Amino acid sequence: MKLLVCISKTPDTTAKIAFTNGDTEFNEEGVQFIMNPYDEWYALVRALELKEAAGGSVTIINVGTSANDAVIRKGLAIGADDAVRIDADPKSSYFVAKQIAAYAADKEFDVVLTGKETIDFNGSEVGGMIAEALDMPFISYATHLEMDGNVAKITRDIEGGAEVAEVSTPFTLSASKGLAEQRIPNMKGIMMSKRKPLNVVAPVEISDPSKVVGYTLPDAKESVKLVDPENMTELVRLLHEEAKVI
Amino acid sequence: MVLVFAEQQKGKFKKATLEAITYGAKTAQLLNTTCAALVIGNAEGVDNLGVYGATKIYQINAEGLNDFDSQSYAAAIANAAKELGAKVIIMGHSSTGKSLLGRVAIRLEAGSVAGVNQLPSVEGGFKVNKNVFSGKAIATYELSSEVKVLSLMGNSLAPEEMGAAVAPEELSVDVPASRVKVLEAKTVDGEVPLPEAELVVSAGRGMKEPGNWGIIEDLAKSLGATTACSRPVADAGWRPHHEHVGQTGVAIRPNLYIAAGISGAIQHLAGVNRSKVIVVINKDPEAPFFKAADYGVVGDLFEVVPKLTAAINAYKAE
Ligand SMILES: Cc1cc2nc3c(=O)[nH]c(=O)nc-3n(C[C@H](O)[C@H](O)[C@H](O)COP(=O)(O)OP(=O)(O)OC[C@H]3O[C@@H](n4cnc5c(N)ncnc54)[C@H](O)[C@@H]3O)c2cc1C
Ligand SMILES: Nc1ncnc2c1ncn2[C@@H]1O[C@H](COP(=O)(O)O)[C@@H](O)[C@H]1O
Repeated sequence: MKLLVCISKTPDTTAKIAFTNGDTEFNEEGVQFIMNPYDEWYALVRALELKEAAGGSVTIINVGTSANDAVIRKGLAIGADDAVRIDADPKSSYFVAKQIAAYAADKEFDVVLTGKETIDFNGSEVGGMIAEALDMPFISYATHLEMDGNVAKITRDIEGGAEVAEVSTPFTLSASKGLAEQRIPNMKGIMMSKRKPLNVVAPVEISDPSKVVGYTLPDAKESVKLVDPENMTELVRLLHEEAKVI
Repeated sequence: MVLVFAEQQKGKFKKATLEAITYGAKTAQLLNTTCAALVIGNAEGVDNLGVYGATKIYQINAEGLNDFDSQSYAAAIANAAKELGAKVIIMGHSSTGKSLLGRVAIRLEAGSVAGVNQLPSVEGGFKVNKNVFSGKAIATYELSSEVKVLSLMGNSLAPEEMGAAVAPEELSVDVPASRVKVLEAKTVDGEVPLPEAELVVSAGRGMKEPGNWGIIEDLAKSLGATTACSRPVADAGWRPHHEHVGQTGVAIRPNLYIAAGISGAIQHLAGVNRSKVIVVINKDPEAPFFKAADYGVVGDLFEVVPKLTAAINAYKAE
């Protein structure tokens, strides 16, 4: 089975969020970057498990600059066979998806996996976009996947519950919690990752219909109003009269 | 024209759909155009979408749309948008909306923004805001394509009665056959799912053990709230996984979030800090959650929570 896993780089959740260049760009100074957890823990690991069970190959792909190479190497250390980096600085999900679809168009991947969303921009868009551009079915928010030959039985999260669907390869899915268990790269994996191929390819020409033109920080929260633990009637009054939420 | 995909579940429209219609109608006003609703399949109260601002209602009934499949649904919506000449397409940021948004955008070569929380500004370019970095910042997107696709974050604006009932018209569009077979759908009936809940009562490791959750359930019941929990509690199997909120769980923005015995770790806050009002009950005055809270109660939850339940019941009885 030929598997393609889309991986992205995000600031660690604990990173300080600040902007530069007239509040039009994220300030990367001193920020620790990680592989997006949904890509690393669930999409990549489930792809590796599928390969271990049925044979084949796992390719990871990223659209980004050479600043992403450390995160890509980590994906190789966890176990991917090879990596592709499309050398561009993406400004939108549309751009990312079009680039990945252009690369994958003639490679006959059986399954394309993405994370359910990136934890910085929370778009949840790239997976569906790739699927549309490649004319594939798309199952979002997959929490469980079993393959039987080329037929997959997938459980996915829906509002207030879950749905089980059946689909044949080729298809795209986005990975949610539950799809696999996180793997920590071991020493051997890290050593081997240095020799695995990381192919840098040029982007295709795309006119990008959207971009971020500015960032603002939310209004600072007023400091907490403490209520006497003996006086819950007062809390109820505040929630009703002041906050107007009940 | 602004076209709103009016999502239904089991033949019913949820509040999120009415929010999307009102958002669409207000966006249409800004753009000096009209707002239409698009319904797939049959549902109760289709005419009523007019009350919330749609001046036209189109209904598609086609084989292949009986079960949800993002590919056939996206094709139906995009083909309808082309046929009707819609320039802005709006849907809810639900699990359905999320799996459709990107597909519709690619089909229409449209710029898209997922999870907007305010009306767009249309002077000197089409710009719209959304929360990014787990609610720690707001990004303004500019969309330059002729057609734009947006998904609306739940609870961003209230549905408004701003029109009158409208009779739906049949619309027929090409829909490709679905390649996904839905085997079963399991949803909890009767309970408001977390992402849609307006009131949420949540608890964490401060509860000590799963057998103690009765007081949280009583509080939730007194308010008509949905229950949630922190991650360690779900990981330990004390509570079902769908209750887990935070960076790796569900992200929510209810009107009221009450957290008892939760320390307020950054990964927890990532999923809840967009709530309108946060109440924190914790015995440790230094718990980080108090910094993100509107109201705080420093005390033992085993005493405070039952007192709060009693106070709410007394208030409701009045
Ligand atoms: C990558 C990553 C992702 C994560 N994702 C999530 C996520 O999505 N969601 C999430 O919740 N966590 C997440 N976590 C875990 C998170 O960092 C915290 O460990 C977790 O939120 C703590 O849960 P808690 O507040 O229930 O427990 P604790 O941190 O143990 O806090 C318990 C609190 O209860 C209080 N307490 C104890 N007894 C009482 C009492 N009798 N009365 C009142 N108060 C009492 C204590 O003072 C304390 O503040 C993640 C962690 C990582 C590393
Ligand atoms: N720059 C990128 N390169 C490769 N894959 C990406 C990139 N950005 C996003 N993705 C993938 O798309 C998923 C959803 O991203 P998003 O739509 O931005 O929330 C992520 O979890 C990744 O799997």
